[in-house]
Amino acid sequence: MTISASTTAATPLVQLKHITKSFGPVQVLKDVSLEMFRGEVLCLAGENGAGKSTLIKILTGAVARDSGEYLIDGQEVGSPSPAQARALGVGVVYQELSLLPDVSVEENLLMGHLPAARGVVKKRELRARAMQMLERVGLTRVDPGMLVSDLPVATRQMVEIAKVLGANARIVIFDEPTTALSEEDAQHLLQLIKRLKTEEGVAVLYVTHRLEEIFEIGDRITVLRDGQLITTAPSGEFTHDTLIRSMVGRQIEALYPKREQKQFGRTLLSVQGLRLKGSPYAINLEVRAGEIVGLGGLVGAGRTETVRAIFGADSIDAGKIIVDGKPLPPGSPAQAVKAGLGLLTEDRKELGILADLSLRENVTIANMSAVSRLGVVSHKEELSLFNQLVPRLRLKYHTSEQPISSLSGGNQQKVLLSRWLATNAKVLLLDEPTKGVDVGAKADIYTIIGDLAAKGMGIVVVSSYLPELLGICDRVIILHDFGVTGELPIEQATEEEVLRLASSTPVAINA
Amino acid sequence: MATTSSTPQPEAAVTQQAVEEQRTPISLGRESGGILVLLIFVAALMLSTNDFLTLTNLDNLVRQVAVFAILSVGQLFVILTGGIDLSVGSVLGLSGGVTALLLASGTSVPVAILAGLATGLVVGLINGLLVAKLKLPPFIATLGMLGVARGLVLLWTDAKTIAPLPDAFNIIANGNVLGLPSLFWILVIVALIAAFILGRTIFGRYVYAVGSNAESARLSGVPVNSVLIAVYCISGLLAGFAGILTTSRLGAGIPTAGTGYELQAIAGAVIGGASLSGAKGRVIGAVLGALIMGLLANGGNLLAIDPFYLQIAIGLLIILAVYFDHLQGRTLNLFRRAA
Repeated sequence: MTISASTTAATPLVQLKHITKSFGPVQVLKDVSLEMFRGEVLCLAGENGAGKSTLIKILTGAVARDSGEYLIDGQEVGSPSPAQARALGVGVVYQELSLLPDVSVEENLLMGHLPAARGVVKKRELRARAMQMLERVGLTRVDPGMLVSDLPVATRQMVEIAKVLGANARIVIFDEPTTALSEEDAQHLLQLIKRLKTEEGVAVLYVTHRLEEIFEIGDRITVLRDGQLITTAPSGEFTHDTLIRSMVGRQIEALYPKREQKQFGRTLLSVQGLRLKGSPYAINLEVRAGEIVGLGGLVGAGRTETVRAIFGADSIDAGKIIVDGKPLPPGSPAQAVKAGLGLLTEDRKELGILADLSLRENVTIANMSAVSRLGVVSHKEELSLFNQLVPRLRLKYHTSEQPISSLSGGNQQKVLLSRWLATNAKVLLLDEPTKGVDVGAKADIYTIIGDLAAKGMGIVVVSSYLPELLGICDRVIILHDFGVTGELPIEQATEEEVLRLASSTPVAINA
Repeated sequence: MATTSSTPQPEAAVTQQAVEEQRTPISLGRESGGILVLLIFVAALMLSTNDFLTLTNLDNLVRQVAVFAILSVGQLFVILTGGIDLSVGSVLGLSGGVTALLLASGTSVPVAILAGLATGLVVGLINGLLVAKLKLPPFIATLGMLGVARGLVLLWTDAKTIAPLPDAFNIIANGNVLGLPSLFWILVIVALIAAFILGRTIFGRYVYAVGSNAESARLSGVPVNSVLIAVYCISGLLAGFAGILTTSRLGAGIPTAGTGYELQAIAGAVIGGASLSGAKGRVIGAVLGALIMGLLANGGNLLAIDPFYLQIAIGLLIILAVYFDHLQGRTLNLFRRAA
């Protein structure tokens, strides 16, 4: 079952042969083989839990395999430690950045091997070597003395790459590098990877949930499903649909649901003259029943801040929020929940799930009064509410009593969605609802969003991922610099137009 | 497994595997270790002494343990939110002192008791406001209050023992009801009410939610500040109650009563399975923890072990309890996955 679809005569730089790995009783990798070549981008595709992360950890030495061979330059390398793997030229850029935020860029770049004489750092040499490393990734305008915490996310990602390359990496693994990036920065990154591949002959392993990126950058694609190798083939042999099919193992007719006969009802959410803290621009927006409104824009445009402000999570400078005709007292999420708002935050781990609590408890927390009498909770009513909401969601779980932290990202998101279904929310504010969610669960979540709108809910979706934004929304509002730069009905919204508005200056609607 | 997923089991298992570390759910017998230790202690004491099972000794043990257990239960509420209350020992002394002063000046017993409870509640309220409104770290806020409350009681009593107190008051903690020490019944009632609040009420659920992740809880509409203020009030109230009981048991208001008890209270909750990072622990565990420490002290007395060794033993017990909690978390996970 060895696959050598590539016609390249060259010997592979990296070979994994028949790798297996189990954690306890669960086998996460079964007989997986792959090859990586110099000057080539291999994309690793698969749903969450398919075994991609484990495979990466085996390559970087973070996890030891149970059986199989690991060869670099045709030499068996045994089970390397992370330091040995690095010395062999394996570098990895993680989705969570590994830089130390309160340390300068230059020190971060050379952390672990700072140039020094008798323990005292040689500042000049440090600066010079840092500049070289930054230049390699095109970061010529960054002051190496700056603290990493003062850099925008996209720049940090570039610094991270410079650090990995600086360690003489010949094999670079990118694990979801564009998750936190705006469309524009993601493009930059992809260009950089192309250059590394063609000019420096680096072998790249690229992991992402964004299929468009796979087709843009990948030379070959390896698909994993449930820990097994499904196929490896040149990317030209896949179409969007066949790739999804082999990842998911079932047919997903359309990623974005077709919504028949859209009917918009009364205005459910009206935001009037909202000024975010420190912003001179007033934001106005309306959401009607049954409507899905997208908030587009670059990272840092103020989209998250806007939905948080509507929900009362942060204080604002000015503005009125009206939910279903009733003004909402500012600054109180509890009041917002009562009025019928629900917020799905971008940072699920820190601002969404209650990790120690069970699925049941996570679902009912926002509407305890529905499952209690005189302050006393009825477990029976909680369970019946849970069982009434969950079948709609295609949730993979064992029991309502397992902690939510034991679920994968996509399934956690579904539980959080049902938290707001339990409150009978009128308007849902969804901030990056499919971030870090695999393709199968993504389609499920889109379907749920579409169904909710069809039932008369008003929905606001924030997304950095343009195909998603344009795929599910009825209307798109674009923000930049904490102000609105334009509004497009979906028929007129093209990626180019959204990108153009995302970098123009906000209009002062309220003169 | 009341509900099964719509997908085949292996696939779900792989999904589960993606999460590297699972947490033990609240309901999964975090107290089992405590019960085991308790049984071992009891068995050891029964075998090694003749006096352990005598009525006088058990009576004595219950009276000693009750006060610590009530403090531990109060502490548990705070610990479940991820906080800590260092002021409970001083509050115990202050409330007991206030009650004794009022009694000595001729105030009626019920009024003096209510005043003592109110004192504990007010100190708790201040702690809660400092933590919830001024956003002080609980450690600092309650450390400050530890000093303030102790200073107040020393000032008001002139650092002198207040005695004698009326018999009608002293009987509260020294009497018997249905043949058992009244303190035993008081502890049972306090524990049952606390267990009901934490296990069955909305407020109880909010306590666990805040401890799990305060910001997530806030964004779900949980009134986080009110919950925080309430748990410090409960801790203060129970500390005040423990102070009144201590004063009644001793028949005197002693201004230094309760010194160092805050650590006993915290140790009791932790040995009973509460996690200092919040959201984990139950009332039954806090009571068991206090009981274990009481047994250790009691057994030490019976066996005439140097009390300094006992201190060392209690210290080691706390470290072991927390270590086993980590271990237990892991083994249970494997067990659950295999099932």
